Order: sequence, then structure tokens, then C-alpha cells
Amino acid sequence: MYDILIVGSGGAGLSCALEAKKRGEKVAVVCQSSPTSAATCMAQGGLNGVIYEDDGDSVSLHVEDTLKGGARLADKMMVSLMCQGAKEDILWLDSIGMPFSRNKSRIAQRKFGAASKDRTTYSQDYTGLKLLHTLYDNCLKENIEFIDNTFVVDLIVKESTCRGVVVLKNDEVETIESKSVVLATGGYAGIYHGYTTNAIESTGDGVAMAFRAGAVLSDMEFVQFHPTSLKESSVLVSESARGAGGFLVNDKGERFIDELMTRDEVSRAVFLQIQKGNKIFLDIRHLGDEFISKNLPQEKKLIHIHQNLDPSKDLIPITPAAHYSMGGIDVDENLQTSIKGLYAIGECSNTKVHGANRLGGNSLLEIIHFGRSVIEKIEKTSLHVELETYKIEAKNTIEKLISEKNSDAFFKLRDRLGNKLFQKAGIFRDKSGLEELLKSIDEIKIDFEKLTLRDKTLLISHLKFKNSLTVAKALVVSALQREESRGAHYRNDFAEQKSKAEHSYIDNTYRQKR
Amino acid sequence: MKIVVQNSTYEVPLKEVTLLSALIYIRENIDSTLKFGYNCKSGVCGSCSLRVNNQETLSCEYKVQDGDIVEPLLYKTSVQNRLKRVESWLHVKSQKQMGEASEEKIERQSDCILCSSCFSACPVLHVKPDFLGPYALTRAWRYTVDIREEDKKGFVDRVQNEGIWDCTLCGECILACPVGIDPKADILHLRTKSMQMGYFDPTPQPDFQDDFGFNPNF
Repeated sequence: MYDILIVGSGGAGLSCALEAKKRGEKVAVVCQSSPTSAATCMAQGGLNGVIYEDDGDSVSLHVEDTLKGGARLADKMMVSLMCQGAKEDILWLDSIGMPFSRNKSRIAQRKFGAASKDRTTYSQDYTGLKLLHTLYDNCLKENIEFIDNTFVVDLIVKESTCRGVVVLKNDEVETIESKSVVLATGGYAGIYHGYTTNAIESTGDGVAMAFRAGAVLSDMEFVQFHPTSLKESSVLVSESARGAGGFLVNDKGERFIDELMTRDEVSRAVFLQIQKGNKIFLDIRHLGDEFISKNLPQEKKLIHIHQNLDPSKDLIPITPAAHYSMGGIDVDENLQTSIKGLYAIGECSNTKVHGANRLGGNSLLEIIHFGRSVIEKIEKTSLHVELETYKIEAKNTIEKLISEKNSDAFFKLRDRLGNKLFQKAGIFRDKSGLEELLKSIDEIKIDFEKLTLRDKTLLISHLKFKNSLTVAKALVVSALQREESRGAHYRNDFAEQKSKAEHSYIDNTYRQKR
Repeated sequence: MKIVVQNSTYEVPLKEVTLLSALIYIRENIDSTLKFGYNCKSGVCGSCSLRVNNQETLSCEYKVQDGDIVEPLLYKTSVQNRLKRVESWLHVKSQKQMGEASEEKIERQSDCILCSSCFSACPVLHVKPDFLGPYALTRAWRYTVDIREEDKKGFVDRVQNEGIWDCTLCGECILACPVGIDPKADILHLRTKSMQMGYFDPTPQPDFQDDFGFNPNF
């Protein structure tokens, strides 16, 4: 029996584990594969925070940029908490070994889109990677227990109280009991399969399992499309390329947008150009090879591998792709979900700090800040649950899937879902498209439920796709209900932004809550 | 093109793609039992390392060629265990501030993605399974040279046994590393630091007076 069980080993999960250990809690981290394989390592650009308060920067400016960038949907109190804590979080990271890039003896900061000052700290363009490995090294120091190669199937929830998780380890069903569970499972932009910068395993598992267990989700319609992913592979080119002075141009060589506007605005501009039949490129040739090699080494390498181009000589073909989910499991100011003993941090949760559009550099800040501070808020539960019941139930569900008969795998359905989502719930949306999409999702679901598995080789991937379907439906229902355009959610049929910003809520009855 | 994956030959109708894309194609269209690691598809999560034609690489970064022979890494043991042996974290906080030059000293070492490629390529591990291995020693050097660390000696102490002196300096790890780390150089740095701190190379040195056993006076 654990005091705190953390699901997910990204930056949020590991910061949380370190704080839990500091307080003497019995804590463990469950991770799907190995601990450092989390999406945090893919964050290239940086982590925002006001640390020096010169050049006219201040916490209140950071707050204002975030609220403005998020189209006034973000919660001012939560944003303030995060921005105020940023300095201490960055200095803490520095004190435990994070190798931030320096400008003379200071922690270096650069400018990101829609930020009024240079306030993004970074480690070249490997910020997330170095952050994650610094946290991992410290977890080893503190002897944090990792339960690796373990897939969480469902939460154990009774009387609206969470008491642990049901997992698959080495193809066997097991249960892990805990007095509290923290979900740090990452986002759901990966459900736009084929049109996403996310890792292949980002299927919104935590969001789906919380939803099934009865937790309320919020702002699910807000998915950020990153304007610059490589055309052929959807691999991300960091915003730091534009921050450093990169241009976006069409095939006529024309610039068509201020490159440092918020990601939603830039993505829409790029998408409109593509719809006109133009090809769009990122142009960083004028930055020069020396600068690119020093400050954007990862971009240079990825552009070479996936497009066979040299960014100091060639234009880089790009397209927008689903990148980040602002919405997620609804949490209150204590980061508690609507289920007792169940907390959510990081991209899977909706802490309401990003509103309708996230600023670059604020996600790494969010995971560290709330990853650390959730520990003060956790209240442990005491409720007896019959673990065996949950185990048997999960076993039965899985046994039913295994069958001798020939069946297709889910892959084609996943491709269909990804494509439909991008077309109908992508950068531009409207009522008829979303309604059609809702029907498609139900059809895909019916087809999916007919599928069986010969053995357990694809079992986890199969269950993960089921999670994607669950999340997709919640996303589309929320998108239909929001009859306005705000931040990343743009409705062709409701192009105006309503005067009052309101959050959307949805639970597993698919009805609006609150 | 035809590629051989763990002794099975597959015909893959793709061109100019990464090996990971080809493996995914095989799994989704030809053989669903094929198991391989992957996640980020952009070379930072360390999950997709394997061997192609006897050379370690990341499948998401390698452009697959006709006739390639693909195999798993030779070894992939507990990363945790080895990093704990060298205690790869800051121990005693120094008052010194990190500046540009001191950050650059650990820049390359801290690019490590823990993919275990260097480990698989290391011939010493064939004969000495407890050898700390390249990535653990690189990480030891990364913290030894970190200006924020006061206790350099502690790291040096921890890499003496089954550590820096067991390396043959063959350089296979350099070829294997997908992010361009040079563990051999880091090991040499650790050796120099060790000697400065009073350690000696414990491996038997050739005694030239002995004339390799042919001197009749001995």
C-alpha cells in the first residue's frame, strides 16, 4: 500500500515523486516503458520564468502575456501561482543539476512567441531532455521506486474515491493499492494520428481512464496546432527557430504573418496558405550555420534526417500539426479531480493555466510547478476496496478480447480516426463537420468493438486505441458545444469570440456539467 | 526493398524512410508479432535503439536500405543499477556559479538519452559483465566536471573498480552513440583526474626487463 502512486514518469511525475519523498511519503512511479521515455524529453525550446526582473520584465507581465495568449480563458489565480513560483522552480532545477544554457554567469533567456520579454530559459534545444534526465538522476539519488514496463488499464474507484490502479505487467493483470493517485500521464494530441508532433504512445490514456471512472473533463476542445512540423513526418521544429529570427514564407517567397504571434494565429495563417495551394517553408538560412549548429543542433539533425535538407542552405517545408492539449481532466485549485484521492498534473490535467492557447515555454513550467506543489495538497483516503473484484473484472474484459477467429487489427481504424479528426476537428471547425465527425467516431467505435486479438502481443496498443476513441468523442462533443471562436478553437460558423470566457465541462454522460 | 529483422525477411514497399517507419509498416501490415521499442520518433527518448548490420543506431534516425540486417542490442541491462553505482547526481553543493564556459564543459555529456547503444557496442562487457560501461562513466564525468559539484573525489573513487581502468579505449562507443558523445574521451579525463588524485592504473604493466619472457636471466 502506497501513500502516493504516481502514474507517468515525465517531468510532472518525477518532480512530484521527489517532493513526495522529501516529505517521507511512501511513493512509487508507474511508467509504461522506461522512466526517461516520457514526452517531456521532446520539449525542445524552453521553460518560462522571470528570474532577474530587469529589462522591465516582471511576474505580472508574465501573467498578462499568459492570459492574453490564452484568449482570456485561463484562470488568473492559477496562472499567478505558476508565474510567481517560476523563479524558485528554475533555481531549484539549477540547484539539483539542470544544465541551463548561460549568458555569461547568468541563466540565459530567449524570446518566445507572444512573450513581451526574453524569459524562456533553455538548454540549447534539448531543454526537456536535460530537464527529464536531471530529475531522473535525482530520483535515483532519492531511491524512488519505479514500477516500469507497466501499463495502467483502469483506476480503482469506489464511492467516488480512488484507491489505486489496475495494471498490465508482462501481460498479466495486477492491482496496486494506494491512499492517493496522481495522474501525470501526458496529453491527448496524439489521437490526431498521422497529423501530430506527439510521440506514438500519446493516446490520452490518463484522461480516458479518469473519464471512465466518472471524473469531469474540461476544455477538451482546445488542442494546440504547432505551426512548424516537418511536412513529411510531422516531426516538430521548435518555436525557438522563429524566436531566433526565422521566417515563414510561401513558395512565392512572401512572408504572410508575424512569425512571433501566438501558435493558434500562426497555424491558422499557415493552414489558409496551404488551402490556397501554396507550399509553406520555414526559412532560417540567414541565421547562418554557426548559429544553427550552436543553438538549434537538434533541429538541424532532424531536418537532415527527415527531409534530407540543410537549414543553413535550404528552405524547410512545414505544416501545422496537433501538438498539445490545453484541456484535460478537470482539477480544482488543489489539483484534485472530481474524484476523491485522485489528482492530475501536467498535460493530462486542466489546471487552466493555458486557457484557449498555450504559450511556448509555459508547459515545462507547468509540469515542474504543479508537479512539485501538488504534494502539499494531497489528502490521503481510507476506504476498503476488494482488490480482487477489480482484478477479475479486468481479466474478464481482456479474456473476451482474445479469440481464435481471424480479425483485423485496429490500425486502419486509428488512421481513419486521425485523418477525420484533423479534417473536421482541426484548425478550422464547423457544426456540420463536427456532427459528421461524431457519427464517424461512433461508426469507428462499432467497428472497433468487433475486433478480437489472437494473443496478447497487441493488447496494450489495442487498449490504448480504445482510450483514443473515448477522448476523441469527449473532444468533439465539447467542440460542438462551444459556439464561438477562442484561441485554438476556431469555428467558421461562429467566428466571433463571446464577451464572457467560460470553461466547458463534460462527464461520461456526455452532458455539459456545471 | 527487402530487410531482415531477427532472421525473418520482409518485403517493404517503402523508399527513403526511417527504419522505424519500416518496422511499423511490418508490424501493421505483415507481422503483428514483431516487437520493437519506439516512442518519440525524433531521437530523444532512447527507446528505439537496435543494431543494423552489426552497428548500433536509433531506428527513428536511420534511413533503411535494401538488404539491411536488423537485430536487437546485444545487451540492455538495468540502467538504474549502473547509474546508482556511479551515483550520477550532485553531492556537495559548491558556491561557484555556473557560467557559459562551465556549462559548455558538460553540454555534450548531458545530451545522453540513455539508449544503451554504447553499452551494446562495448567489447569489454562481453568478458566483464559488471564493467560500468560507457554511458555510466560519461555521466560520472558529467557530474565530476560540473562546477556546482564540490566533491569531485567521490566520483573518482566510485569509478575505480570495474570502471575506467577496464576500458580498452577501442572507441566502439563513439561510433555507436546517436547523439555524438565521446565516452572514451570522458574515460580518459577520468583517468587523468584519478592520477591527479593519487590513483594508479592497476592493470599489470608490461615489464620490459622481462623481455616478454625470453630473457634467460629471469
